[in-house]
Amino acid sequence: MKTIILRTASTYLLPLLLMFSIFILLRGHYSPGGGFVGGLIASIAFVLHSFARGLDNTKELLKIHPGFLMPIGLALAFLAGVTPVLFFDLPFMTGLWYPDHLPVIGSLGSALFFDLGVYLVVVGVTLTIIFTITESA
Amino acid sequence: MLLAILLGFAFSLFLVFTGKFFKGRISILAAGIPLALFVYFAQFIGRISDGEVITQFHSWIPAFGVNLGFTLDGLSLLFSLMITGIGFLVFVYTSAYLKGHKYLDRFYGYLSMFMAAMLGLVLSDNLISLFVFWELTSISSFFLIGFNNTSRKSRKSALIALAITGIGGLSLLVGSIFLGSVTGTYSIAEMLTMNPEIASNPYYILIVALIFGAAFTKSAQFPFHFWLPGAMKAPTPVSTYLHSATMVKAGIYLLMRLTPVLGDHEFWNTTLIIVGAITMVYSAIHTLFRTDLKGILAYSTISALGILVFLIGQGTVDALTAAAVFIIVHALYKATLFLITGIIDYQAGTRDTTVLRGLRKVLFPVAIAGFLAALSSAGIPPTIGFIGKELTYESTFHFGNMAILLTGLIVITKILLLYAGFVAGIKPFTGTLPERFENTKMPSFLMWLPPVILALGCIVFGIFPGLIEGSLVKPMVSSMGLDGKEIHLKLFHGFNVILLLSVITIALGTVLYFTLKPTKKLEAWVAKFEKFSPQTIISNSWAFFFKFSNGWTNLFQNGYLRNYVATIMVFTIALTGYSLFTTANYAVDFNSFSTVTFYEAATSIVMLVAIGYTVFTRSRLAAVASMGIIGYSICILFVIYSAPDLAMTQFSIDTLTVILFVLVLYKLPKYLKLSDYKMRIRDGVLSLAFGTIITLLILEVLAEPVNKEVSDYYAANAYILAHGKNVVNVILVDFRGSDTMIEISVLAIAAIGVFALLKLRLKKSDQR
Repeated sequence: MKTIILRTASTYLLPLLLMFSIFILLRGHYSPGGGFVGGLIASIAFVLHSFARGLDNTKELLKIHPGFLMPIGLALAFLAGVTPVLFFDLPFMTGLWYPDHLPVIGSLGSALFFDLGVYLVVVGVTLTIIFTITESA
Repeated sequence: MLLAILLGFAFSLFLVFTGKFFKGRISILAAGIPLALFVYFAQFIGRISDGEVITQFHSWIPAFGVNLGFTLDGLSLLFSLMITGIGFLVFVYTSAYLKGHKYLDRFYGYLSMFMAAMLGLVLSDNLISLFVFWELTSISSFFLIGFNNTSRKSRKSALIALAITGIGGLSLLVGSIFLGSVTGTYSIAEMLTMNPEIASNPYYILIVALIFGAAFTKSAQFPFHFWLPGAMKAPTPVSTYLHSATMVKAGIYLLMRLTPVLGDHEFWNTTLIIVGAITMVYSAIHTLFRTDLKGILAYSTISALGILVFLIGQGTVDALTAAAVFIIVHALYKATLFLITGIIDYQAGTRDTTVLRGLRKVLFPVAIAGFLAALSSAGIPPTIGFIGKELTYESTFHFGNMAILLTGLIVITKILLLYAGFVAGIKPFTGTLPERFENTKMPSFLMWLPPVILALGCIVFGIFPGLIEGSLVKPMVSSMGLDGKEIHLKLFHGFNVILLLSVITIALGTVLYFTLKPTKKLEAWVAKFEKFSPQTIISNSWAFFFKFSNGWTNLFQNGYLRNYVATIMVFTIALTGYSLFTTANYAVDFNSFSTVTFYEAATSIVMLVAIGYTVFTRSRLAAVASMGIIGYSICILFVIYSAPDLAMTQFSIDTLTVILFVLVLYKLPKYLKLSDYKMRIRDGVLSLAFGTIITLLILEVLAEPVNKEVSDYYAANAYILAHGKNVVNVILVDFRGSDTMIEISVLAIAAIGVFALLKLRLKKSDQR
């Protein structure tokens, strides 16, 4: 599948798709989207890259094993949930919101960090599974 | 108090991270923890003996009435002092006993975890938190029994102990829940006033039976006693601490704690007396046939526990006082005997009573400790054992019309226990020293001092019973709901029948000791009866269960994915089909359906064509690709029915699924006809039936009126409460965020599973 068209296109597609996935992640609170879909799109971006340029190149690009994204994401989601308990004496998973609206993102709240955690876990899980199967197939 | 309990857990957690670094060098410092806790609890003696009850309350799961409530009264104080006091001596002893052991840090970790759990158990006021700590003691006991993890026998003993005490733990949980639903609270303090109500409740017998199940398994009562001798595979400090002084008394503690709540009822009293009596006599007889010192001590411990249950069963002030004193007596002398057994084993290299002789010449301080402990165990004045024995006789002798029988049983038990104590505490040290033991050396003082301290306790408390009378025994009896004011402990009660019984016990026991010598022959003879023992019966049924579940698993987990799917589908069709057939009314109103639009029809046609192609194509890759088309068509349906979030996710998932399939199938040979014609027909029928059932089910669901309260709430509050306009996402990250949290954890676990399955190369030849 290493055609020159796909290989050339993947160089441009990867950043585009990644940006798109972050866009989907950020808009999730107001319009269709969210961490789950965003994470899947980001995974597809990397899988596409690995198809076009080989798994080793993608791995090199990623620097760390995608498996490490899972604990990072889980920790982020957990911190977003536990912050109200630790600092504001509110029940677990209470949404905290920054009072002012920010440009582009809209309201900034703990839910966004939670969603970011979901995003990272999904990327980590998908890539770990696909890369592992690719390597052993 | 919460901090006192958490200290042990914190220390064991600390060892997890730093144990490798310290390599057991700080082991002696570890003993500071039980010592500090001992001092902490000792400072409450004054306040407790004035009748005060110290409580502490932390809310945990208030919605279910589960809280961390702690009560320090006479009963829990005595147990706390025992746990921390003997704990301190055992910690010190261990630092020499296991010096330089590879896993010393691990050992201290388990030991302090156990100590913390045991403290939590005796301080808990809430039945549910008591259960949690109860289980923690079982688990730490499992790790400690199996500490010598290269030995098959000790692993098996650990498993048996865990199984037996684990069943007891479940029984405790169920009993607690019943008790909680009958009384409306899990707090023992609040149940105290409800005794008559509970006793008249129809569930009373069941509750008591369940609580007994817990207490009898933990405290090794007949017929669950056999795990305790097995547990002696653990290193001696563990046997001393868990399996003689503290953990096995958890059952006793539970019975004492619940005496005011559940006691004073015929079923309670009779069962306890019968079970206790059988246990104490049965295992006391067993001590006659053992030649291993630890075996003798194990059976005499079971017997002592039987005596305690027997006394609690009588439930009178006399009996409970006797039980309170006997707990102290037993903890002191039995711990001593265990510790000196450890020393003998460590220094002389054997625990066989038939060869051990004359060790006093080489292990003099140990011999003194053994001698004193044996005296206390025999109940010879002026040891505290004598007071304990007198009180026991006193209570049985005045127990109504059964007095003669009960007194007879307890006297027999005491005679046999005297023999056991003498064999363990005196026999190894008397006589001439055989040549093979001449080079036996004294151990480090860290090892011989703890038993000497305990043995001195036997004497000091015996001569000055006032030391424990007001401070420990009276508050303890009061906390069991009885009036302990009349209690007066003293060595000499005047010339009466009780004293005569004591004299008879000591005389007969001594005669027995000098006439009967433990031999291998006797041990072999009694082993013949092993096949009728509860242990054999249980391990046989265990083996049967193992075989059965093996066969069952092999039947269903046969390794063929298609069979799994077929099994699941057949079950779903059968159960759902049956239910639909019998209950549904098939009142599907076709008029309520909206008209089919062009897009819907077109998508459905695409799907049908793709399905047909998937089923009949001769290429795997083509089948996968057309499966992808079906998936995309479903996504389009989602889009048509305005569920963009779902559609987006489904699109991505379908893409990834196709990629995954391709990755796996790409490497397989082009096409293989794996299933024959018949199988394909069978599978086809199955799929059609499954599809039909699901369709019928959905039609039925649609016919039901929908309760929209929940979804309306989410829709109405998404922006107000969670600042979000996308309800789906708000539900995911906010309203039901905990679910998402758990879901992503499951995802991560699945990924780790895939990674491990594919990367783990167990066989050497597979390793690259």
